[in-house]
Amino acid sequence: MPDLKINFAGIKAPNPFWLASAPPTNSGYQIMKAFDLGWGGAVWKTLGVPVINVSSRYGSVNYRDSRMIGFNNIELITDRPLKDNLREIEEVKKYFPDHAVIASLMVESKSEWHQIVKDVENAGVDGIELNFGCPHGMCERGMGSAVGQEPDILKLIVSWVKEVAKTPVIVKLTPNITDITEPGIAARQGGGDAISLINTIQSIVGIDIDNFVPYPIVDGKSTNGGYCGPAVKPIALNMVKNCSQESGIGIPISGIGGIENWRDAVEFILLGASSVQVCTAVMHYGFGIIREIIPGFESYMKEKNFKTVNDMVGKAIPNVINWENLNLNYKIIAEINKDKCIGCQLCYIACEDGAHQAIGLSENGTRVPFIIDENCVGCNLCSLVCPVENCISMIRTDNGKSSETWKDRTDSGNIPVSFDDPLAGGLHHFVPDPMSALKKP
Amino acid sequence: MPEYKKPNSKEEFEKNFTQIKPLMNETQAYYESSRCLFCYDAPCVSACPTRIDIPLFIRQISTGNVTGSAKTIYDSNYLGNACGKVCPTEVLCEGACVYNLQEVKPIEIGRLQNFATSNAIRNKIKFFESGDPNGKKAAVIGAGPAGISCACELRRSGIEVDIFEAKDKPSGLALYGVAPYKITNEEALEEVNYLQEQLGFNIIYNTYISSKEDFQNLEKVYDAVFLGIGLGKTNPVNIKGENLKNCFGAVEFISELRMNHHMTETGNVVIVLGGGNTAMDAASESAKLGAGKVILAYRRGREEMGAYDFEFEIAKRSGVEGLFNVSPVEITGTDKVSGVKFIQTQSANGKLEMLEGTEFTIECDMVIKATGQLKQSEVMTNIPGLETDNKGRIKVNEKTYQTTNPKYFSAGDVISGGQEVVNAVAEAKAAAAGIIGFLS
Repeated sequence: MPDLKINFAGIKAPNPFWLASAPPTNSGYQIMKAFDLGWGGAVWKTLGVPVINVSSRYGSVNYRDSRMIGFNNIELITDRPLKDNLREIEEVKKYFPDHAVIASLMVESKSEWHQIVKDVENAGVDGIELNFGCPHGMCERGMGSAVGQEPDILKLIVSWVKEVAKTPVIVKLTPNITDITEPGIAARQGGGDAISLINTIQSIVGIDIDNFVPYPIVDGKSTNGGYCGPAVKPIALNMVKNCSQESGIGIPISGIGGIENWRDAVEFILLGASSVQVCTAVMHYGFGIIREIIPGFESYMKEKNFKTVNDMVGKAIPNVINWENLNLNYKIIAEINKDKCIGCQLCYIACEDGAHQAIGLSENGTRVPFIIDENCVGCNLCSLVCPVENCISMIRTDNGKSSETWKDRTDSGNIPVSFDDPLAGGLHHFVPDPMSALKKP
Repeated sequence: MPEYKKPNSKEEFEKNFTQIKPLMNETQAYYESSRCLFCYDAPCVSACPTRIDIPLFIRQISTGNVTGSAKTIYDSNYLGNACGKVCPTEVLCEGACVYNLQEVKPIEIGRLQNFATSNAIRNKIKFFESGDPNGKKAAVIGAGPAGISCACELRRSGIEVDIFEAKDKPSGLALYGVAPYKITNEEALEEVNYLQEQLGFNIIYNTYISSKEDFQNLEKVYDAVFLGIGLGKTNPVNIKGENLKNCFGAVEFISELRMNHHMTETGNVVIVLGGGNTAMDAASESAKLGAGKVILAYRRGREEMGAYDFEFEIAKRSGVEGLFNVSPVEITGTDKVSGVKFIQTQSANGKLEMLEGTEFTIECDMVIKATGQLKQSEVMTNIPGLETDNKGRIKVNEKTYQTTNPKYFSAGDVISGGQEVVNAVAEAKAAAAGIIGFLS
């Protein structure tokens, strides 16, 4: 049986599946319930000076029949008194001594930071997460993402915390920044033991087009929120990858952003995360999704012969390289399986209007399109729009020609350098006559 | 055995004759419309005689533009609501859905079409205006699907239209000839009313145009005449006992059922003669009316039936029993039906042979003949120069739908010999274009 136990920057947990600091970790009740169902850790809803919240607080992006593929909130940090939270932290730790309980914190002054770190550690937390990510409300008051966007201030506050903290300190980063590695490096330099990312992305999820107000609506007005859910996963994965590859960071990463199943968790870990945090999926489906995550993750580990989670961490990192190092001689073209094709012709119109006019329609009555091999650039679009599993496959056609990259060609002076350079990659590609686009009357 | 209790009230009737394609609610429409792939050059469109842009109207439902969706439908088909309900979508649009090839349930196009059009009808959303009067007048004979579709198109071009209808209600086949579990009377009538309110054609009811004089008079007043008169009574089978009490034609039986609902008489044992879609309807309807036993008797084998498979499935689910390779020889009884005497048959190379000495009788107290419909030949012969083909169908130009008498145009069952409502709607719209061309 694969071992799911982890030691994340000194924080031990029965598995890498943690709840992110958010509404599902607002109370001891919720966290006890989650641990009871199998979650390995929880980052407590951010503690600080309690706030006053508004209603409504959430908005969502639905795509066709899928609800909440993107989700946005304007809720702030905890609105509950610190002493209530501390009492519940103690209680949770008493019942679940082996689970990871991490306190997310957000305060302003050095003295407040010192005080609250001591308070939560006295209550028994296993670690601390510094909320430098919240991009709505709190940032207007100089906290949250306002800190995460200023690496020097971030570094300073991390160092304040480290002056008193006895447990590991995780720095939670905001994605609302040009280069995520800058605050990541600052976190390391300030003495942080780990980073977690991404926090939510500043967003407006939609507009009430009858009343001209964005969602969520608070008495006819709105404000920007923080975006999360499945739609942000690709952004999060890229930022996790960037931090993994940055040697100036070099501390453990807790991956966050749109994780809702075992496969998502595996992806974050393969890009260098050594624990993952989940929020939106729990807000959508409840804590019970852990029943799908754990067995799916375990069977993947077995199949790949990973003994521990650590064996998996960063496995995909060597395969993420710069564009200039990709092999220009690698060629694939599409192939349609005639027996599987259902004749929707989405591949045809996608290629015709959105790509390289490399798919034709038969005139012999069949609805199965055909690939015009010489026009196909191997872009993948047709196989992505095809609604039938494994109907369009991409077939390698370069006959194993040796690799040549942009960098190689640059080094040998074999790249286009002028606007009409004869080395242009698309010089001999088929392009239809513009006038042929207009239907004849 | 049918399991229906004889309905004794409107509620019990509605329960037995519950709609097989009920109106979707918003959630159903939302999920179903989301499944559409938006195929390029979609096969469902090619399969629709009226060429509704189906992927577009479904996409409009999924984006919350239900009114725009109804407009897309009505732009191609004036009876979009009725067609969504009564079309054999299983063999038309839904039968062509590419999902079938993946063994995934095809999109429920008919029900989505009803969702959009019902919303427009209920909210009286207007899509059409009559054209500026151009001084031309046309008479439309028959307020069935063909007549209504033709009238709508003519009105949009400014031609004044009077529809002459023999019965006291419009909609023709959609009201009198379709099984009640496919469309309700209210639905059929509401759509015509909805169109009439927008386009202002007149319907003159209880006026049977048939004699030479009738047509001569029309020709004096109108610049063109459209014949959408459909088919006539049930074909006689020409066997002994056909005129006994309780032996009905299917067309007459269904018409009575549509008007009288649970007040319609049925038998304890009903034998339905025929293998077409009307036979299936009459048999299913008898079962739902509470008949103790319903036997569908067909001259040839089951595979040779003209009815769509799904129609036979509906009949079987209703408790109808099939009896194949039997031909009726006599309907027995003194003043009232007491049984049907059959002879066994076999088909060899497409020819039907009666097997001598195999006669047998099944007792019953009601017979329904679903043996096709007569042509309205007596009407046609009263129009000078109007030619019919060897099957008694009015000959028309296939583009303009002009008959051999230039002032007359025609579409629907009277030219096809009996097709779907949707075919009549499509042809009649084209015929109206023919009339507009003829009058300009």
